[in-house]
Amino acid sequence: MLRFTLRRLALLVPVLFGLSILLFVWIRALPGDPARSLLGERATPEGIRQIRALYGFDKPLVEQYWAYLGQLVTFDFGSSIRDGRPVTDTFLEQFPATVELAFFAIVFAVVLGIPLGYAAARRRGELVDGAVITGSLIGVVIPVFFLAILLKLVFAIQLDWFPTSSRQDARIDATHITNFYVLDGLLTREFDAAWDAIVHLVLPAVALGTIPLAIIVRITRASVSEVLNEDYVRTAEAKGLHPQVVRRRHVLRNAMLPVLTTIGLQVGLLLSGAVLTESVFAFNGIGSYLFDAIAQRDYPVLQGYILFIALIYSLVNLAVDIGYGLIDPRVRVS
Amino acid sequence: MRLPRTGARGGRRVVSLLAAGALAVVASGCADSERAASGDSSSGSSEASGGSFVFAGSAEPVTLDPFYASDGESFRVARQIFEGLVGTKPGTADPAPLLAESWETSADGLTTTFQLRDGVTFSDDTEFNAEAVCFNFDRWYNTPTGIAQSEDLSYYYGKIFRGFAEGKSTDGIYESCEATGDLEAVVTLNAPFAGFIAALSLPAFSMQSPTALEKYPVPEGTDPRKGDYANDYPTGTGPFVLDAWDKGSKVTLARNDAYWGEPAKVDEAVVVAIADPGARRDALISGDVDGFDLVGPADLTALADEGMTIVNRPAFNVLYLGFNQATEPLDDIKVREAIAHAVNKEEVVSASLPEGTTPANQFMPDLVNGYAEDVPTYEYDPELAKQMLADAGQSDLTLEFNYPTEISRPYMPSPEATFNVLRTQLEAVGITIKPTADQWEDYLGVTTGTTKHGIHLLGWTGDYNDADNFLGVFFGTETMEWGFDNPELFKELTEARGLTTVADQTEAYTKISADVMEFLPGIPLASPVPSLAFSPSVEGYQASPVQDEVWSSVTVSE
Amino acid sequence: MTAQLPTLPTGPAAGPGDGATVVGESLLRGAWHRLRRSPLAVAGAVIVLLFVLVALAAPLLAPYEPASTQWAGDVTPQSVPGPSADHVLGLDSFGSDMLTQLLYGARQSLIVGVVSTLLGLSVGAALGISAGGLGGKVDTAVMRLVDILLSIPSLLLAVSVAAVMGQSQLSVMIAIGVAQVPIFARLLRGSMLSQSRSDYVLAAGALGIRRRRIVLGHVLPNSLGPTIVQATLSLATAIIEVAALSFLGLGDSDPAVAEWGRMLVAAQERFGNDPRLAVYPGVCIAITALGFTLFGEALREALDPRQRR
Repeated sequence: MLRFTLRRLALLVPVLFGLSILLFVWIRALPGDPARSLLGERATPEGIRQIRALYGFDKPLVEQYWAYLGQLVTFDFGSSIRDGRPVTDTFLEQFPATVELAFFAIVFAVVLGIPLGYAAARRRGELVDGAVITGSLIGVVIPVFFLAILLKLVFAIQLDWFPTSSRQDARIDATHITNFYVLDGLLTREFDAAWDAIVHLVLPAVALGTIPLAIIVRITRASVSEVLNEDYVRTAEAKGLHPQVVRRRHVLRNAMLPVLTTIGLQVGLLLSGAVLTESVFAFNGIGSYLFDAIAQRDYPVLQGYILFIALIYSLVNLAVDIGYGLIDPRVRVS
Repeated sequence: MRLPRTGARGGRRVVSLLAAGALAVVASGCADSERAASGDSSSGSSEASGGSFVFAGSAEPVTLDPFYASDGESFRVARQIFEGLVGTKPGTADPAPLLAESWETSADGLTTTFQLRDGVTFSDDTEFNAEAVCFNFDRWYNTPTGIAQSEDLSYYYGKIFRGFAEGKSTDGIYESCEATGDLEAVVTLNAPFAGFIAALSLPAFSMQSPTALEKYPVPEGTDPRKGDYANDYPTGTGPFVLDAWDKGSKVTLARNDAYWGEPAKVDEAVVVAIADPGARRDALISGDVDGFDLVGPADLTALADEGMTIVNRPAFNVLYLGFNQATEPLDDIKVREAIAHAVNKEEVVSASLPEGTTPANQFMPDLVNGYAEDVPTYEYDPELAKQMLADAGQSDLTLEFNYPTEISRPYMPSPEATFNVLRTQLEAVGITIKPTADQWEDYLGVTTGTTKHGIHLLGWTGDYNDADNFLGVFFGTETMEWGFDNPELFKELTEARGLTTVADQTEAYTKISADVMEFLPGIPLASPVPSLAFSPSVEGYQASPVQDEVWSSVTVSE
Repeated sequence: MTAQLPTLPTGPAAGPGDGATVVGESLLRGAWHRLRRSPLAVAGAVIVLLFVLVALAAPLLAPYEPASTQWAGDVTPQSVPGPSADHVLGLDSFGSDMLTQLLYGARQSLIVGVVSTLLGLSVGAALGISAGGLGGKVDTAVMRLVDILLSIPSLLLAVSVAAVMGQSQLSVMIAIGVAQVPIFARLLRGSMLSQSRSDYVLAAGALGIRRRRIVLGHVLPNSLGPTIVQATLSLATAIIEVAALSFLGLGDSDPAVAEWGRMLVAAQERFGNDPRLAVYPGVCIAITALGFTLFGEALREALDPRQRR
């Protein structure tokens, strides 16, 4: 196992290195250039030349790449061209928002999804089952942003139960240490601030968590019904074990393995969905900043963010694979 | 604790969420702290409480040192913290006394003597006097070379003063500043520029505290927008001071109790960034914010129905349909005229621009000195347009029509809708339209940085009252956007810029504006009215065509 | 986006070696039986069929030309004319006939869905088969590339491609297709690898049949089932992703084009005043995606040997 982990970790290096080259080339292949997006409607050719020179965009690509690589080695990801802020700073400021959102989305999906999937499996073919399956299918096919807009319209505007935007009420004067606002609120014992952050998280998390919810429901259902059919469960039931015990010791434990893996695999999905959800709820995560960076050709931000995301994404995938290997020895391929 | 105003609504949310049954433990903890909060604020409210004013802009400020800013969001905050020598008359773009009580310009247009307001101090207790004024003028002139001088940082200084002490261009028009008395400063230019006074009303030329600037210097070679001064200690004479800039979240401003004028009515003002216009609307309706800028045209009715207050800015912009004369047959004046006759501006306005917008007949709004009462106009007449196209041998004309997507500018709130209605009108006279859409930044690259475009939508929002800020910006030199070389027009504009009195300039620009409409490089479509929206509890917001909006008069009732 | 779910529930595809040497008739017939008996599968099939019919017959069904904006002048920023005698479902945000746009939208979705899925499938399959079939260095190289592609969330990948290619229908299709390449590549490689260890392949190898023939004649046909399932599900994903790309401003360059995602996004800002504009295309997207998902899921269950108990 350790060897497997180390090998996979070592493999990450060439992957990230390859990605950095791909990224670099891709970004430079984008039409348009950052200088023009900086200067707006009335840019002069002189101003554009000057800015290109200032950031070294007029140098040969290879030279630019070496310079960039030199920076990367010292963990310097450069600064945004748009606002001059170091990429690492903005990432550390926004990434916690996205993680917090994704975390709450997953909690929502798990807390609701596993019981629903279990119930559906126990009553396979009955009304409950049909309703759960249909509901979960509908959850998958509604475009995320459309669902987000619907939720906002109904629960934030019509019913006014939740706020419509941002991560915390602007009138609250909260201290931020980690930029996980809920955690910050708990750490500083500003419970009102933590609560406010939670309230702001509800709608975006539900919107973002719906697809994972649907997936978890279905996998739980499939997995539980499979386990229910297994001989050892029948045996346990036949030998008169208390249904509670059967459920806990045999069914749930065995059925949860694929479910846990699935949860891990939702990370990419969540990151994709977060871009859309953040935009609808003006939630200050990496999504909208990154998307603006694409539009405005903010090279350092694009490079840095996508590398960070790829790294985290790969690490999570690795963790999932390791977890899977630990749970199910059959897949532990050399 | 720290919650002065959220009591009622926070409480309601708690109840509704408890019903949902989620996170009940945290909720009970929270309920306790809510009580603590209200108890705290009642005991602490001995001073008159003006509450807070939460305002949503469309983006975070780039920097709080306005000299290095050119974006509306940085300026929005700067207007609260800083003041310049010159302000604007409420509701107009005309210059008015602010930190300078009066000024006098010599007959040759080179020397201006400013009489300064007495008894003004910066918020760090530094005295505001002639020396502080010259400190600022010299600071601008001596902008370090490198990034600080790049066009996206010291944009306005570069545009107005045209050069620095050292660096890329040293042939600027700034000569010197001299403190001839405690409250008298003389600024000398080396070439006349009649727009000088009006330009000083830009927030970029705000007076900043010499003490604070010296205390928090910008290390050489670093980005001055991100220094300690710009982040944490911007110091001016305005009615608010910076409390904290919580990056990625909000800018909190506190009332400047030592303000020389009428102090602000609210205790604090908070500026948040919400990029999507629909999200801003929703935030206002649900009470997350007290007001916001850049209302989408589609939202005006909905907001009014919700009982929100809509405040219109007098339009100080122009939206036009540009012709690229570098592509045939747009170089043919007959074709351009035919297209002008095919366009129904009234319909463009009703179908795609906010209510209250009037069609434009020239390349500047009527608030600008030099606006011509009488210019050549082109009536909407599709039959005539068809005829003229046929006469020009262009009966089956195909045109590329460039327009931007995913962008909302004050002069162009929904470009796709504007494109769509124009396309329909042009197709009605037999022109085939090939739509080319790009995202904003690419779009600018295509339309202003290449010659590969046909007709396109663009516009401009003026910065201060000077026709050069419209006509000169558009047609001052040969550009790839318009694709024409008209030395006569270029010369006229250069000469007008150097005229010494506003009266002479007005006359010159009136003529140029008419000439431009004769030449017809494009079709001015309209000056869309930009709107702000506020909750009914907000009063006293004064809109300005050039966004010189200071929030000291704003009140927020409970 | 949703594309990551399908390969999971069955776990590693190593079937319990039930010796399905050929995609035997019994398997197909059994699958057909199971399909017919499942109401969800029937519903999915009906939706898919209807959708394809509408897409093909759009010119016959639609009252007007698509993307005709001749009523653009009737639309104002505040309101869009609703249903009338001339326009059964009213106009859309850009002044085209809503019904016409919806009908032609089906055609557009079908084209984008099929082309992008075929693209993702063919490139992904080529990669996956060469990796799984050839093994060794090819496998390593291909899978590293796939790893890189997989290390970027799929929507981001699609956005990246669309950003380079500019705004056009073609770039949308390529963008969505590219995002599906790694999924198909992995699927086919995994399927081939697991089978190459299965008894029947080992047996065929022992019989001295050439590797090439084993791969083309036995392994590949047996990978067909999961691939078809994945392709059906990818169609659903593609239809939703078009909308997501439109939402991010990377759709077709003509605002009036008859495309559901585009219509939905354009209607967004009018959602408060006129929900009709968003609801119609939104429902169309959801129902179509639902149809393909139901059908694909049912297909998978039907083809899964383990369900044959």
